[in-house]
Amino acid sequence: MIPGSFEYFSPQTLPEAVTLLQRYGEDAKVLAGGHSLIPLMKLRLAAPRYLVDLSRIDGLTYIRESEGFLRVGALTRHGDIETSDVIRSGYPLLADAARVIADPLVRNMGTVGGSLAHADPAGDWGAALLAAGAHVVATGPRGGRTIPLDEFFVGTFTTALQPDEILTEIGIPQSQKNSGGAYLKLERKVGDFAIAAVGVGLLLSSTGACEQVGIGLCNVGPTSLRAGQAEQVLRGKKPDDATIARAAETAATESDPADDLRGPADYKRDMVRVLTARALRLAVGRAKGGA
Amino acid sequence: MAVAHGMGHSVKRKEDARFIRGKGNYIDDLKLPGMLYLDIVRSPYAHAKITAIRAEKALAIPGVLAVITGRDLDKYGLAWMPTLMSDRQMVLPIDTVLYQAQEVAAVLATQRYIAADGAAAVEVDYEPLPVVVDPKKALRPDAPVLREDREQKTNHIWHWEVGDRDATARALEQADVTVEEDLYIPRIHVASIETCGCVAQWDSVDGKLTLWMTTQAPHAIRTVVALVAGHLGLAEHKIRVVSPDIGGGFGGKVPVYPGYVVAVAASVLTGKPVKWIEDRMENIQADSFARDYHITAELGAKRDGTLTALRFKTIADHGAFDAAANPSKFPAGLFSICTGSYDFQSAFVEVDGAYTNKPPGGIAYRCSFRVTEASYAIERMADIMAHELKMDPAEFRLKNFIRPEAFPYKSPLGWTYDSGNYQGALKKAMEMIGYTALRREQAEKRTRGELMGIGISSFTEIVGAGPSHSFDILGLKMFDSAEIRVHPTGKAVARFGTKSQGQGHETTYAQVIAHELGIPEDDIAVEEGDTDTAPYGLGTYASRSTPVAAAAGAVAARKIRDKARKIAAHLLEASESDLEWERGKFFVKGSPQRAKTIQEIAFAAYTNHPQGLEAGLEAVAYYDPPNLTFPFGSYICVVDIDKGTGEVKIRRFVAVDDCGNIINPMIVEGQVHGGLTMGLAPALYEEITYDDDGNIRGGSFMDYLLPTSMETPRWETANTVTPSPHHPLGAKGVGESATVGAPAAIANAVIDAMWHLGVRHIDIPITPWKVWKVLRQNGVTE
Ligand SMILES: Cc1cc2nc3c(=O)[nH]c(=O)nc-3n(C[C@H](O)[C@H](O)[C@H](O)COP(=O)(O)OP(=O)(O)OC[C@H]3O[C@@H](n4cnc5c(N)ncnc54)[C@H](O)[C@@H]3O)c2cc1C
Repeated sequence: MIPGSFEYFSPQTLPEAVTLLQRYGEDAKVLAGGHSLIPLMKLRLAAPRYLVDLSRIDGLTYIRESEGFLRVGALTRHGDIETSDVIRSGYPLLADAARVIADPLVRNMGTVGGSLAHADPAGDWGAALLAAGAHVVATGPRGGRTIPLDEFFVGTFTTALQPDEILTEIGIPQSQKNSGGAYLKLERKVGDFAIAAVGVGLLLSSTGACEQVGIGLCNVGPTSLRAGQAEQVLRGKKPDDATIARAAETAATESDPADDLRGPADYKRDMVRVLTARALRLAVGRAKGGA
Repeated sequence: MAVAHGMGHSVKRKEDARFIRGKGNYIDDLKLPGMLYLDIVRSPYAHAKITAIRAEKALAIPGVLAVITGRDLDKYGLAWMPTLMSDRQMVLPIDTVLYQAQEVAAVLATQRYIAADGAAAVEVDYEPLPVVVDPKKALRPDAPVLREDREQKTNHIWHWEVGDRDATARALEQADVTVEEDLYIPRIHVASIETCGCVAQWDSVDGKLTLWMTTQAPHAIRTVVALVAGHLGLAEHKIRVVSPDIGGGFGGKVPVYPGYVVAVAASVLTGKPVKWIEDRMENIQADSFARDYHITAELGAKRDGTLTALRFKTIADHGAFDAAANPSKFPAGLFSICTGSYDFQSAFVEVDGAYTNKPPGGIAYRCSFRVTEASYAIERMADIMAHELKMDPAEFRLKNFIRPEAFPYKSPLGWTYDSGNYQGALKKAMEMIGYTALRREQAEKRTRGELMGIGISSFTEIVGAGPSHSFDILGLKMFDSAEIRVHPTGKAVARFGTKSQGQGHETTYAQVIAHELGIPEDDIAVEEGDTDTAPYGLGTYASRSTPVAAAAGAVAARKIRDKARKIAAHLLEASESDLEWERGKFFVKGSPQRAKTIQEIAFAAYTNHPQGLEAGLEAVAYYDPPNLTFPFGSYICVVDIDKGTGEVKIRRFVAVDDCGNIINPMIVEGQVHGGLTMGLAPALYEEITYDDDGNIRGGSFMDYLLPTSMETPRWETANTVTPSPHHPLGAKGVGESATVGAPAAIANAVIDAMWHLGVRHIDIPITPWKVWKVLRQNGVTE
């Protein structure tokens, strides 16, 4: 549990950091909260020769609403989101998710950007932010570019980021009066990665139909998944019990879990069904003004 | 002013002053000038031939001093070491590895980080061999023989049986009702907060070895080192073993691990102090495991609910070496306590040990030698029988308990239970939890399709090993010892042969002495763990410290009191028989103002001792217990089950314990809380499994699921008091009762919630997916 040796850089600005990444290419790794990368290094499963620590760079930690989006700086810690008033009052999906990531110690260090960049299918932000319809901003030598989260997860532990790009911001559509959301996670014990988790974000029309809906699935496939067909079941429909049940069953068929210590695949698939139904009911209640 | 509280008081723990200030002194806190560090290369294979070990790249790293292999140790006769169970175990392999994470080579370096780099750079070539992980397959005639070093070419280690085989078979045939179930008690790990480690310091000038190590039994270790390494010139008077503060032992710090031996060898070879500290994954993956019992259990009963017969057949998976830490004559520990709290006419139990390609063990994880296995099996079976008979499980137990007036009770498997009142404990627990109302609520919920269960476990423990006629470890009888010295100013130092790992001995032993002598607890320094100063004892495990060492403390204190009486008689110019003792002083019968306090007497022992009596005031006692003690208790657990996810929520858990007379109620409560959590752990969470290739699953805290405060329900605890008739203080052990009793209460509650659906048993740990699966099979979904 002792890592190999490495060289450590602590740049003060984003361009400096990008320059270091350009210089060292594949041998370099960005260090954010360190709560995925450092465990891998201690197990000697990762052995980057150069670490570029983002923590001294100002202006990467924020939560604010502007121009129709909620914008979250990549270095914002899980714990910052958990305790943010903006999040608590308007973004129940994110508030739920922040609360169930790991334990308080990890939440005080781990960052949203690091979680997405790590692209672990078991990461909670992937599923939650897919449900929220998020995009990310990547900053590299040629400036920034926006990537929809739907195109971001390329495979297990791989993203659309270039080696010299840094994820700098996450954006999601600003919440509205009739929007609601929920994130439900089933875990073996507190602090564990999910057996399965489901995030739901939705916007109800004036007639109570689902105007917008996003469903994200955690740890039931090679990447964080979006349950597009289940969303389709709901879109434009009133979320009554029968529709919710159908959407939940559809989400289950869209999941692609594997057998492991958390349980057999058929169990996890059924948990997607159970959790999707429960999360939808909770989100609809919230959209209608419930707690 | 300091007062003597004595027994029965919740004296605050003396040791906590340093622990909560971060001033404890653990093995890894020890730093000596010139100290070197070890790291260990471990096998990725569960069974393989080692064809080459190449050290060049490691040795090229600046600061790496040596790469030690089994062939190096073999030159000194140290490639193998004996286990406590008369088996032998590789220190480092010469040509074969038998389990994943087995020690293959050791790297000695000037710094800890360099040692790790060195270990990563050692290249080992392996030729994989067929792997056997299932002990039932290991015992088949066609299984590959794992232990080529043994004369017997079989994976069968030993057969052990007790009871009347034929009478039990007959009784089962004649029973109106019989139940049979296969129960697997999974392999688990103690996972104490401090991993194992040592610092070995060889003084090449005077030939003395000092070994600071995380051991629960320092004296036994000293003798073992002298016996094993005597040929290298290590003699017992030149070996000092020191156990500093220990961050949890639970049985995991009784055995000798290869790292200790390599550290000693490395220190002797280099003449420098050598430190070896395991990391968390090494600790979980390679150190002795616990449990891993495959039990086929049968009970017979009459139609009216009277239990008649018990038969348990068990396969014990010991991994690659039988490195259990049981008393020598008990290869399956005290598993024959498995008739539990019930009065059986006939019983028979047999156990067969098997080798597999898994780490060696299995130690007694907070369970006084396989008592958890026994207790879980009988309590699960009692519930199954009660349900089968359509009797309430509480009523069924009350009917079958050994009666209070039947003690001392001779069990059909040969134990003599010292004392008990099982009805009292269960009735108290039922009252506390509101049993009748809960059964009513359960019936109502059932009509609505909700799943709620109530589980009982009425266990009998067996602790305090043990009487010298049957208990020894490597021939060393299992007495324990105390030595008390009262100083001229009335303060005292007391040393014991045991070693606290969190149990609070510095407080409870002081209370025992305060109780007997009237010296305030604060005036008594309790010391353990240094073989140069403490009297010889077998150490702390199996809840033996109170039954054996505290008894020695009481006996030694009474010897001091006897001498104090002589001195008091001299000071008061009275005859000894005219003196009366009231805690802390002797006075002349009828004139209480003519008195001498123990402090005055102590001063006189050094300044004005009577003619014909030796000066000083001290005593030593080696206590050989006449019998074991049999603590007991009744636990009741209430669970609610989520039909959608299969999650089990413990709503309430009431624990009534009886450990005889109580020394410190607060410490007993703390021991019970910790033990209950350690009982919850295997019931719902913890397990180490292996795939078919012998790869460890659950080898780190990512997958080895220690419950946290969030999983742990509010424990509601209480006591009844049934003193031990043979212990000087009427006390019994308590450290392990809760670990032993809790798993069955939880498992019984879960099955109770689903029995009406046709569910008979789920092996622990009862994970959500297992519950979901049986619910599915029985047509229940959300
Ligand atoms: C005990 C434990 C339990 C956990 N449980 C959970 C859980 O239940 N749910 C969950 O979601 N997570 C869990 N985690 C993971 C945790 O949330 C991590 O903090 C998170 O996944 C990674 O964020 P980080 O800031 O620590 O990233 P780091 O570890 O610093 O980096 C992770 C990876 O992302 C890259 N990276 C980081 N930031 C950027 C960036 N801005 N731009 C480009 N690349 C970047 C790094 O180079 C590295 O490859 C757990 C972690 C631990 C240690």
